[in-house]
Amino acid sequence: MSNIPNELKYAPSHEWVRDEGNGVFTVGISEHAQDLLGDMVFVELPDVGDVVAQGDDVAVAESVKAASDIYAPVSGEIVAVNDALNDSPELVNSAPYGDGWMFKIKISDESELAGLLDAAGYQSVVDSE
Amino acid sequence: MAQKTVLFAKHVECGAKMVDFHGWDMPLNYGSQIEEHHNVRQDAGMFDVSHMTIVDLQGPNTRNFLRYLLANDVNKLTVSGKALYSGMLNEAGGVIDDLIVYFLAEDFFRLVVNSATRENDLAWINKQAAEFNVTVTERPEFAMIAVQGPQAKAKVATLLTEEQKAAVAGMKPFFGVQAGSLFIATTGYTGEDGYEISLPNEEAADFWQKLLDAGVKPAGLGARDTLRLEAGMNLYGQDMDETVSPLAANMGWTIAWEPSDRNFIGRAALEQQKAAGTMKLVGLVMEQKGVLRHGQKVVTEGGEGEITSGTFSPTLGFSIAMARVPASTGDTAEVDIRGKLVQVKVVKPNFVRMGKKVI
Repeated sequence: MSNIPNELKYAPSHEWVRDEGNGVFTVGISEHAQDLLGDMVFVELPDVGDVVAQGDDVAVAESVKAASDIYAPVSGEIVAVNDALNDSPELVNSAPYGDGWMFKIKISDESELAGLLDAAGYQSVVDSE
Repeated sequence: MAQKTVLFAKHVECGAKMVDFHGWDMPLNYGSQIEEHHNVRQDAGMFDVSHMTIVDLQGPNTRNFLRYLLANDVNKLTVSGKALYSGMLNEAGGVIDDLIVYFLAEDFFRLVVNSATRENDLAWINKQAAEFNVTVTERPEFAMIAVQGPQAKAKVATLLTEEQKAAVAGMKPFFGVQAGSLFIATTGYTGEDGYEISLPNEEAADFWQKLLDAGVKPAGLGARDTLRLEAGMNLYGQDMDETVSPLAANMGWTIAWEPSDRNFIGRAALEQQKAAGTMKLVGLVMEQKGVLRHGQKVVTEGGEGEITSGTFSPTLGFSIAMARVPASTGDTAEVDIRGKLVQVKVVKPNFVRMGKKVI
């Protein structure tokens, strides 16, 4: 039912990852995740320059329903964050794969990518919930 | 299996996200609960509250029975149709439920109680009613729709007959009137103008559709919670329950101490609690980023308290909460938010009324 684009990779904790080239990956949360959380009211983003390890909680998505940690799907350095979310957190709801992106990571260990899920793999995570 | 109200199909038609709410399949939202919230504050929204329990009490002794059953005094009700908010307490002074009682005739009062407490309430009421020879009749054949917002009354009016319009003309807050097949009450759970309308189950879907056609947008449980919290209204099971005194739940105003010779269930315990002192329910305001949530610890100079209800306030644009704290609590407190102590303002638990900020 929910939209899971084929060209993205996913973490079981509902983040998506888009390859932007040159080792930079954009991260957001899936349509399924934003639907579970409901209307977003605040997004707390990491700082550019933060060095994070795969699985670290690096951001917080606060919705009307709950505060939810967002985990780094891969290790590396945060090279950009989506400042538009400060004023318009609802972008995470309206465009989870587009303007609702959260941050970009310059990956430090490409081998971690192999551990992420493809669309079909993530679909089965969603189905099993 | 979860129970469904007669409006279930309408909710699905309106694109509702349905969730289990104390055994009922109810709409959480129809897309965005924040938009639904704003729509109620600025225009008119409607809620299916058919899961709530209507209980009719009949018999010549009904008034005396209610004067014993409830902490508020139904002798304040002297005009037919007038309603009263009250706690129904146990002997220990804990809140079994909060409810609205309507005075319809000297031998006929109507209660509207919470759905989550339905079985408990009915057992308790029946048990206490036996001595008073009062007939207790649940009315599951009625659906209930709350239409709320500054434009609510005007939009409902477009659906009413001339007789019904005349029946509700000039009706003050907290009244109810039977007008044709509709029982129309000037009550609500949002802090806005509007009606709560009870009507026969078989008419409910059609009435809902006509409200939609009149421009009233549906709103779900999510918006209902943020609206009632902004209005400083308690949610049973969260802000108080059987273990909590009304004195510690900002319900002191609902206790009718006078006349002092009126015996009501819980009175003796309440008098002791009043003498000994209790915690108090206050409002909290946090203007910085973040959301106060149910269950978070509150730290004050006089000791610890707890947030009973917390949310992001769509009207104010920051987080608000209700918290039970020591009576000595002053103008500020700290809240433990995910391990960080954050300073918050302490205010009266009433944040928004009639679309306006009141803090």
